[in-house]
Amino acid sequence: MLSLIAKRLAFAIPSLIGVVIVTFLLTRALPGDPAAYFAGPAATKEAVEQIRKKLGFDKPLVEQFFRYTVDLAHGDLGSSLTTGQPVATEIRNRLPASAELTLLGLLVSVAIALPLGVLAATRPGSWIDHTCRVVTTAGVSLPVFFTGLVLVYVFYFRLGWSPAPLGRLDVFYSAPDNVTGFYLIDTLIARDGEAFRSALSQLILPAATLAIFSLAPIARMTRASMLSVLSSEFVRTARASGLSPSTVTVTYAFRNAMLPVITTLSMVFSFLLGANVLVEKVFAWPGIGSYAVEALIASDFAPVQGFVLTMAIMYVVLNLVIDILYGVIDPRVRLEG
Amino acid sequence: MKRRDFLKSVSGLAAGAALPMAPAVISSAKADARSETLLIVSEGGPNNLDIHGIGTNVPGYEVSWNCYDRLISHEMKSGPGGVPYYDRDKFKPELAEDMTISDMSATFKLRKNAKFHDGTPVTAKDVKWSLDRAVSVGGFPTFQMSAGSLTKPEQFVIVDDYTIRVDFLKKDRLTIPDLAVIVPCIVNSELVKKNATDKDPWGLEYTKQQTAGSGAYRVTKWTAGTEVIMERNDDWVCGPLPKIKRIIWRMVPQAGNRRALLERGDADISYELPFKDFQEMKGNGKLNVVSLPFSNGIQYIGMNVTKPPFDNPKVRQAMAYAMPYQKIMDAVLFGLANPMFGAPADKATEVAWPQPTKYSTDMEKAKALLAEAGYANGFETTISFDLNFAQVNEPLCILVQESLAQLGIKTTINKVPGANWRTELNKKEMPLYTNVFSGWLDYPEYFFYWCYHGNNSVFNTMSYKSPVMDKLIDGARDAAATGDKAKYEADVKGFVDLAFAEVPRIPLYQPFVNVAMQKNISGYQYWFHRRLDYRALVKG
Repeated sequence: MLSLIAKRLAFAIPSLIGVVIVTFLLTRALPGDPAAYFAGPAATKEAVEQIRKKLGFDKPLVEQFFRYTVDLAHGDLGSSLTTGQPVATEIRNRLPASAELTLLGLLVSVAIALPLGVLAATRPGSWIDHTCRVVTTAGVSLPVFFTGLVLVYVFYFRLGWSPAPLGRLDVFYSAPDNVTGFYLIDTLIARDGEAFRSALSQLILPAATLAIFSLAPIARMTRASMLSVLSSEFVRTARASGLSPSTVTVTYAFRNAMLPVITTLSMVFSFLLGANVLVEKVFAWPGIGSYAVEALIASDFAPVQGFVLTMAIMYVVLNLVIDILYGVIDPRVRLEG
Repeated sequence: MKRRDFLKSVSGLAAGAALPMAPAVISSAKADARSETLLIVSEGGPNNLDIHGIGTNVPGYEVSWNCYDRLISHEMKSGPGGVPYYDRDKFKPELAEDMTISDMSATFKLRKNAKFHDGTPVTAKDVKWSLDRAVSVGGFPTFQMSAGSLTKPEQFVIVDDYTIRVDFLKKDRLTIPDLAVIVPCIVNSELVKKNATDKDPWGLEYTKQQTAGSGAYRVTKWTAGTEVIMERNDDWVCGPLPKIKRIIWRMVPQAGNRRALLERGDADISYELPFKDFQEMKGNGKLNVVSLPFSNGIQYIGMNVTKPPFDNPKVRQAMAYAMPYQKIMDAVLFGLANPMFGAPADKATEVAWPQPTKYSTDMEKAKALLAEAGYANGFETTISFDLNFAQVNEPLCILVQESLAQLGIKTTINKVPGANWRTELNKKEMPLYTNVFSGWLDYPEYFFYWCYHGNNSVFNTMSYKSPVMDKLIDGARDAAATGDKAKYEADVKGFVDLAFAEVPRIPLYQPFVNVAMQKNISGYQYWFHRRLDYRALVKG
C-alpha cells in the first residue's frame, strides 16, 4: 500500500512541474498589462513604468520565472494585487469556504442520486426510472447561476425563508475561531449555537444549487453501472441461488457497480470545486473560484498561478484517494496495483 | 462498538447539540447593534487601505476618505434636488483650525487636541511627513499632487509643533483645492516609521493592511474581497461626532442580489446597480434613490485625429451629427444622465464645463458633410469599449454602430478587457471608442488641460494637437492664477467653442452617480470622489 502511494506521488511530480511552467507562461501571455491597470486611471507613462519596475515585470521572463520558483520553494506564492494579500494566505482562507460548500452540495447530491439511480436501475421503465430521467435532464440543463438566482428569488426575496445571500455568516455574527476552516465544524467546537444555525442556513441554498447541478452525472452513472451489473452472470447466479432481492442488489450488485460511480464522483468533486465560481458569485461566497476569476480579469498573475497550482495538487491527491478507494472496494484492483 | 450502537450515539449527540440552538431568537444586543450599524453592499471592495499605496483601487479611496483627515475639506451647499453637494469654492478646516493664504504660501494651524487612533497627538511633523510621502511615493498620489503644483518635499515647512506652511512653486489656482482631495491625508508618522523597512521607507506595506490615521472611523477588520468593518473613532475632534457607530461593508458581486437585499430591507445602502434597476426603484418609491451628475465628467465618443478618416474635421462633424443621442439617453441610461447635445443654435457659450454641444442627430447633414469630405460611400472602422463598463458601453456602441450603418460606415465592435483598456488608450491607436473622463477638481481648464492640450496626456486619447487650443488653455490657467477674470472667461469660451467646432471627441452625456438607500437613512452627501462620506450619514 505505502509503496503504491509513494509510486503514485512520484508520478505526480513531473506533472506538477509542468503545471508550474505552463501557468507561468500562460499568465504572461494574457493580453492585459497589470502595471497599466494598477497605475490607476490618472497615471502617466512614467507612473506605469515605475509600477512595472516595482512589481518586477520589467525583468526578462527567465529571471521572473527563476524568482517565482525560488519563492515557490519557500512556500511563497506571491501577493495578489487586486486584494493586496499574500496568495498563500488567501487560498488558505478561501479554500475551506469552497470545500465546505462543495462537500455539502456533493453530500446532498449523493444522498439523492445514489438511491435514485439504484431504484431506476432495478425497476427500468417504471415511474421512478422516468423521474430519474426528468430530474437528471433538468439538473444538467439548468445553468448553475440560473438555479441559484431562482432559489434566491423564491426563498429569500419572495418567501423570506432563507437568510440574505451574503456569504458564509449573517453580517452580525462574528466568524468562529479558525480550527478547520469549516464553519459548521468550527462553530460547534466554539459551542456557538446561533452561529452554527446561521452558517447552516447560509449554506442551504448554495449547496442545493450545487446539488441540483451535480445530481445528473452521479444518478445517470449509478443507473447505467447498476444496469450492466444486474444483467451480469454472477447476479443471475446469486438470484438463482435464491438469495433475497435486497441482498442481491445491495451486497453483490451495488458494490460492483460502485467503481465507475466513484470515478464520476471524483470528477464531479474536482469540477465543482473549480467551477462553482458562478454559485460563489450569486451567493457572495468568499470562495476560491471567484477569487481566481477576479484575479484573471485584472490580469493579476500571482493568484491565478497559485490557484492553478493548488487545483493541480488537489487533483493529484484526489486521484490518489480514489485509487486507494478502488482497492478497498474491489480487491482485484489492489492485486494489480 | 457495534455499528447500530454507534449510530444511536451519533443521533443522540446530534439531538443534544441541536437543543441549545432550538430557540431562534436573536439576542436584543444584536438588535441594538443593527440600529447603530450601517450595512453597505457593493460590487467591489478595496485592495489597499492606503491611497498612497501601489495601485489602490477606487473603493480604497472610500476607506481613506473616512479613516484619515486632511488639513482642509469642503463646505456643503445645496445641490440638484436639494441633496447636499460639496462646494467647490468654500473650504472648511479639518485637521487645521485655521488657514492663512498669502501670495506664495499657505499657513495652517493644527488643532491641538487632535489625536491619531493610537492616542498620539497629531503634530506638524506628521503633516510634513505625510505630504512628503504623497509627493514622493510615485504613481497616482504623486501625480494627483502635481496637478496642484505640489511636487517637492521642500514645499512643506514645519514652523512649530502645530503650524505648517505650504510654499507654492508657482501661482496655481488648483493648489489649495488639491490639498482638500483624498490624497494629502495625514498619516501617523511615528507608527508607520516604526513599521517601515529599508526596502519600503514609507511603510506602504503596513498601511496597506491597517489604517494609521486620525479620521472619524478606523478599520477593525478587513477581509479582502469579502468585507470591511469600520468602527467610529469616539475621540474624533475634526467635526461633529458621526451618528453611525459601525460600518459593515460587504461585497456582493451579483447586482440582482444587491437589489433584493435593499428591497428586503437587509442592506442599508448600495450603489453600482444597473440603471434600469435604479429607474425602477425610483418608480416604486420603497427606497430613496439619489441621482446626481458627476462633477466635471463626460462620456464621449473619441476619434483618433492622426489617421484618416478622422483626421478630417468634416468627417468628425458628420460623426457628431450621426450619433443617436436621444436613443442612448432612453435605452441605455433610462434617462439617468444630463444630455450634452442639442443646445439651441442661438445659445451663447457659457463659462462652464460640462455644457451641451449644438449637435443633435441629423442624418441629412451628416451625409452631406461626409460627401463633402469625399466619403460619400462611407468607410470601415472599429469602435472599442472597456468591458469593465459593458453595462453602458455595449448597448451604446451597438446603437452607434446601427446609426453609422445608415451613412454606409461599417463599424466592427471591439470589446477590450478591463485589464487591457488603459494600455490600449495609452497606445492611442484605436480609431473610434467610447470612454468617460471625470476630474476631481471641478474647473473647465483642468478638464481641458488633461483632455485637449497638445502636451498629449493620457486623457488626450484622440492625440489632438492644436496650437490655438494650447494657447487658450494655458491662457485660462494663467488668468485663473492671477485672477484676471475677463481674460479667463474669454479663454474658456474660446476653448469650448474650438473643441465643439473641431470635435475631436463628441460629448454624449454627463453621467449620474446613483445611490439607493433605505428610507430611514439620511445625510447622504455628494463628493467629487463620488464615494460615501459615512460621517454625515444618519440611520433612523
